[in-house]
Amino acid sequence: MIEIKDLHKSYKTGGSSLHVLKGINFSVAEGELVSIMGSSGSGKSTLLNILGMLDEADEGTYTLDGVPIKNLNETVAARYRNKFLGFIFQSFNLISYKSALDNVALPLYYQGVKRKERMESAMNYLEKVGLKDWSSHLPNELSGGQKQRVAIARALASDPKVLLADEPTGALDSKTSYEVMDLIQEINEEGRTILIVTHEHDIAQMTKRIVNLKDGVIIDDTLVDQVKAQQYV
Amino acid sequence: MFDLERWEEIFETISKNKLRTFLTSLSVASGIFILVILLGIGEGMRNGISREFEQDAANILYVWTGSTSVGYKGMNPGRRIQMKNADYDFAVQKHQDELEYKSSMFRIWNGVVNYNKESGSYRVEGVLPDYQFLENSGMMSGRFINHNDHSGYEKVAVIGKRVNDDLFKGKQAVGEYIEISGINFKVIGVFTDPGGEREETRVYVPLSTAQRVFNGSNNINNMAFTLEKEESFEAALAASTRFSEQLQQFLKEQHTIAPEDTRAVVVNNSLENAKRFYDLMDMIKFFFWGVGICTIIAGIVGVSNIMLIIVKERTREIGVRKALGARPWSIVMMVLHESIFVTAIAGFVGLIGSLALLELVGPMIETQYIANPSVNFNVALSTVFILIIAGAVAGFFPAWRAARIKPIVALRDE
Ligand SMILES: Nc1ncnc2c1ncn2[C@@H]1O[C@H](COP(=O)(O)OP(=O)(O)O)[C@@H](O)[C@H]1O
Ligand SMILES: [Mg+2]
Repeated sequence: MIEIKDLHKSYKTGGSSLHVLKGINFSVAEGELVSIMGSSGSGKSTLLNILGMLDEADEGTYTLDGVPIKNLNETVAARYRNKFLGFIFQSFNLISYKSALDNVALPLYYQGVKRKERMESAMNYLEKVGLKDWSSHLPNELSGGQKQRVAIARALASDPKVLLADEPTGALDSKTSYEVMDLIQEINEEGRTILIVTHEHDIAQMTKRIVNLKDGVIIDDTLVDQVKAQQYV
Repeated sequence: MFDLERWEEIFETISKNKLRTFLTSLSVASGIFILVILLGIGEGMRNGISREFEQDAANILYVWTGSTSVGYKGMNPGRRIQMKNADYDFAVQKHQDELEYKSSMFRIWNGVVNYNKESGSYRVEGVLPDYQFLENSGMMSGRFINHNDHSGYEKVAVIGKRVNDDLFKGKQAVGEYIEISGINFKVIGVFTDPGGEREETRVYVPLSTAQRVFNGSNNINNMAFTLEKEESFEAALAASTRFSEQLQQFLKEQHTIAPEDTRAVVVNNSLENAKRFYDLMDMIKFFFWGVGICTIIAGIVGVSNIMLIIVKERTREIGVRKALGARPWSIVMMVLHESIFVTAIAGFVGLIGSLALLELVGPMIETQYIANPSVNFNVALSTVFILIIAGAVAGFFPAWRAARIKPIVALRDE
């Protein structure tokens, strides 16, 4: 599903250049649930953003579902993001003036789905994350966990090949974190490929594979015995 | 523009962002409102001042005749030229669309005028009703000569203030009878003349009466005309030159005068005052245009600022939308569609509000220098469109830039 080879990325700040990713090689098969770990500043988000086509690598190749991702213009990138990818952010990134339902329906709007169909579909995803009764609420009327569920429903709405989550539990307490992880595991069970960036070990243990980043390279890549979040909620 | 889905999206955005919409609308509506009111007052001032100084604008032409200075078609120089009623009638008929006021005049030099024991020698002039306006005479009492007086050969007279002072010594003159060269005339009015005392030593009688009782046959001594007002001094000058040339040519043919003879027929026009009037009108016009253009520029700057702020404020939202698959172009259209829609509605609200105010309050404003403030609807409408286009252009560049930046940069925006 995902295949990257010798990926490099540096940030230029002022005169100096910060080499963040120094040759990453890694691939993800369909249906995997992978966590990317590493200390703060190790380049986890940078890697995920490149995978999400929100940012571009300086060097290396990236293939997503057989499609080489290279020098895309914004219009094509937008189409790929819409078709292939769903994002879940630490800070939720819901649109504040839109209701939960309208937020979830937004990717479908950009897919050109008609309003009625869009709303029905969005409602189904809200039901799936257990927020059917909250559909008309604005984000600031929801708790952190509820916001993240709306964000997950939104990421699922366009039926993407891969879900990318950057510290999805970073802003949540541990009980809420496990609820969110339970939902993520459930979605993975349905066969969807998911990548999660985290620096929390307990969260990482709930995935099926841990990739460890340090100083811009992968130092460790192991399969784990998945801990079910279900038992903590 | 007619994408229903986007309209829904826009309406949702507008209704959920009431403050932003309100502020944009307020600045656009008030800009248009101020501009229209300003233009209205400008127009009102033009009307008022125009009314106040209208007389000065008069483009008066006097025509008189003398003796020929060159021989022509076998006739010797020095022949006296005498204009007739027919000359006047023809000129009036030929130029009726161009003329504002018109009169011919038959003059009796040194008419002896008596009232009881008082007597004096004054210029007696047989004139037509318009002569009052050509001479800019004011009526102190009574009235001026009218058409009935003329067509009925009435023996009535309008006397100058000086004549009134001399003969009546403060007594009421209107209704009394005076003798002009031994013939009785009834005084129907007393006039004043801005030209001063000398001009007020005249006595006006109807042209027809004068020609009949003073053996004038159908002779006239001069003709006076004012032309309709023009948009500018240049146009007024051109109109009066053309009129004067045509009239001279006609009179020269009619009286067999050499085309190059400059003494036999003289047409004199006084555009001096007219120039002052037109200069004043131009100044008012330029002033209000200047103010108007400045207001529009201020409006454009205001709209641009709002658009910049709106786009800046929405940068993160734009990043989110792009992460969800929004194409750059759809981002630009989203921003523009909203801004054009809001600007247009607000612009028309401001336009209608200000027009309603002008319509309601306008007629009540009747000071000396402001009359009937109103505004050219097309000008006002164009202003609204200029602001809408300015808003769109001003919104386009920040929207385009925001749509081009990498989503990760937009998402990082706080
Ligand atoms: N836009 C940027 N400009 C400059 N430096 C950046 C930028 N984004 C991240 N960095 C730097 O790159 C390094 C890796 O960042 P990041 O990928 O966010 O780490 P992580 O998510 O693992 O904490 C950090 O040192 C960070 O300061
Ligand atoms: Mg990070």
